[in-house]
Amino acid sequence: MIALLAPAAEAVAQATEAEGGSGLSFLVVGVWVLLLSIFVGFELITKVPPTIHTPLMSGANAISGITLVGALYCAGVGYEGMGQLFGFLAITMATINVVGGFLVTDRMLSMFGPKKKK
Amino acid sequence: MPLLAILSPSTVEVLYMASALIFILGIKRLSGVKTARSGNALASLGMGVALAATLMVLGDVSWTVLLGGVLLGSVIGGLLAVRVQMTGMPELVAFFNGMGGAASTCVALAEMAKYVRGEPTTSVSSGHGFDFSLALALSVLIGAVTLSGSLIAFGKLSGKIWKNRFGPIGTQGLNVVLALACIGLAAWGGFLAEDPSSITTGHLVLTAVALLLGVGLVLPIGGADMPVVISLLNSYSGLAACATGFVLQNNLLIVAGSLVGASGLILTKIMCKAMDRSLANVLFATFGEEASGGGGADEYTNVKSAGPEEAAMILDSATSVIICPGYGMAVAQAQHKVRELAGMLEEKGCKVRYAIHPVAGRMPGHMNVLLAEADVPYEQLFELDHINGDFQTTDVAIVLGANDVANPAALEDPQSPIAGMPVLKVWEAQTVFVIKRSLSAGYAGIKNPLFERDNALMCFGDAKKFLEGLVSELKDL
Repeated sequence: MIALLAPAAEAVAQATEAEGGSGLSFLVVGVWVLLLSIFVGFELITKVPPTIHTPLMSGANAISGITLVGALYCAGVGYEGMGQLFGFLAITMATINVVGGFLVTDRMLSMFGPKKKK
Repeated sequence: MPLLAILSPSTVEVLYMASALIFILGIKRLSGVKTARSGNALASLGMGVALAATLMVLGDVSWTVLLGGVLLGSVIGGLLAVRVQMTGMPELVAFFNGMGGAASTCVALAEMAKYVRGEPTTSVSSGHGFDFSLALALSVLIGAVTLSGSLIAFGKLSGKIWKNRFGPIGTQGLNVVLALACIGLAAWGGFLAEDPSSITTGHLVLTAVALLLGVGLVLPIGGADMPVVISLLNSYSGLAACATGFVLQNNLLIVAGSLVGASGLILTKIMCKAMDRSLANVLFATFGEEASGGGGADEYTNVKSAGPEEAAMILDSATSVIICPGYGMAVAQAQHKVRELAGMLEEKGCKVRYAIHPVAGRMPGHMNVLLAEADVPYEQLFELDHINGDFQTTDVAIVLGANDVANPAALEDPQSPIAGMPVLKVWEAQTVFVIKRSLSAGYAGIKNPLFERDNALMCFGDAKKFLEGLVSELKDL
């Protein structure tokens, strides 16, 4: 683990130096955020009844469509040409993931809802 | 058209923070039966906040690209989600998952294209830094593996392609070669290459090789193990989004991506545990359908079959029944008929319960969703561990379109490919009905000695049609 982190730490040191030594580089903050989020993710998921494993998987999958936020930036300036093509593909596919994912999860879960007597 | 630069970057960061918190609360609520639906709504709200905030900070955009992509994606995703049959759900989740992975790859490639054009990238002050190159390569790699792996899983689940294990010779060796090639290409495209065309070529070839790697990893795995694979790939798509977060220096992508990465991994572990196998065993073991034979009809002796009339007579005098649904029930859309049959039996004073094997159907919880759709009370559903001891005192066990999950070979034949897998001990009931279209093998592709038991009655036919017959016979009695 330490061996893995060493090159990263070195890069951080370089990046911080490049920025004039002021503040933390994004990488450091990013890795902090990453580690804490992974920890939260593990803790959130440890107690789940098997009944809703499928909807949970589907809902989590829709959340991973968050890459759509990144994709939207690719419609901005500086991406002309190949960048724009990939940007368009990214927006389309991420939207499929987000819209389809949340809708199909809701459809599955609607069946668990309060039973309506006919 | 600088319409969209309404919010300052700091404000957007605050909204992203709110969105991340909503995601965490959403996942929390998604993990409880009663709160799950609101959890999903909450998560989609979080997504809405994030997208709205992003739109308000973008500045100049190409409307064609933005609106075109969003509209096209909404129509495709929306139609698929609304139209798909409940049986096709697992495949659909695999497909959506593949789209998420592909999107992460495309964002990274777009960012790479922007970089080689000499534009300042969203991240990294000094351009081609260590973190940028590494994140870019990981985002491309994980995203592409997720895409092709998910599409193969999609194909296998919909039963269209390569249902069984495939290419036993040298696949793992080939995967090692592909993985090494990925590392080499990432190093070359990301760190060594200097001129724009080499960098571009490096990343595009990396994408292609990573796609092959995804195929190579999933193709050899049997169709029965696809739920585990999808869960793992779900985790990957989260990690891909997370890597994209490092490319774009976006904390929200890192948080949401790693939440999904962690949850997918935990879910994968839970699913492996349900099958009493390790993840490594699922991914790499040579589970040989070929070796154990296809389990054709001619291999069975001492098979007794019964029609609806005979089955109805036995059920009429039963006081306790356990129904064990499987994929066959899903395919035949028989869940409503099951509910009707159960209602009739209950009116006669018979105790009806459902035994849900953790991997019945194609995904954990698959059967629960279908039975819930048919208004089967939640209290009547029992997990394997809670009901397996009760078969001994049960009059009739109905195996409805299930096969491998009720295969005694798992407990009795140490040579069986599924040896050690927990199974429903249906054969301990006084009588077992096996409602099934034929004697053909289940997803694991192996023979099921249950069909030869003295107390087993084969009820051949489509699950729904057979149950219809059974219900009408019961009415006539």
